Amino acid sequence: MDLLERFASGDLEAFETLFRQHQRDIYAWIVRIVRDSGIAEDLTVETFWRIYRSRARFHPAGSFPAWARRIATNAALDHLRHNRRETELPGDLPAAPRPDSAVTRDTRHKIHQAFQQLPPRYRLVATLALIEDEPYNEIAAATGLSASLVKIRVFRAVRMLRKTLTAMGITTGAAS
Amino acid sequence: MKPANQQECDNQAERNLREFLKQNLTRANTELPRDLWPQMLEKLSHQPAPALWPTHVPWFDWALAALAGAALLVFPGIIPALFYHF
Repeated sequence: MDLLERFASGDLEAFETLFRQHQRDIYAWIVRIVRDSGIAEDLTVETFWRIYRSRARFHPAGSFPAWARRIATNAALDHLRHNRRETELPGDLPAAPRPDSAVTRDTRHKIHQAFQQLPPRYRLVATLALIEDEPYNEIAAATGLSASLVKIRVFRAVRMLRKTLTAMGITTGAAS
Repeated sequence: MKPANQQECDNQAERNLREFLKQNLTRANTELPRDLWPQMLEKLSHQPAPALWPTHVPWFDWALAALAGAALLVFPGIIPALFYHF
């Protein structure tokens, strides 16, 4: 019996092996969405907890990374839905060696507020597409949406973000 | 369908916003700081995963099963028909 079959039948050692193989990828995906390392760690554990609970529904012939990423995306989306006021967008970013003037800090704060105002499902795709530069097809695979629907959501999120930022006195470019 | 110039405008707006965000934000640090298996084990020990076979069956499922059983007793002639279909 191979690793995935053993996992699907409830073997804890197989689950541990899969956990150790994939925890970094799952964490990396979640932290791109929630942008907070502590929350991302908790959600990584939550994701694997959901994976373990759903092991009977996993088909060993399928792709474990794709299945796990889909579950991770749902866990992150649940977090965005239930903690809309708590997640800081730029809060856990690496310290960039750039001049951090009061103007820049104010702009970041306003960007954060604009993202906070997006509905969670738009915030998820907007964060991945606009900040993390994830390709539409990757986002589509992780969310279970079609690539064209992801594109539509990003487009709508861009409109909402520009509208909010403009109302805050920030212009993002010449196009209207 | 959108007119081509409107489409181009939308694409330009997206490019501008991407550029603006790139100037003001950095991408997330995706390096996992520590092994999370100990936390996973703790969660598993506190919340054991449900058994693959349900241990609790709702009352209406029992009621449906009782009705089906009663129907088979009252109308045993349907048993061969059920075997035929399944």
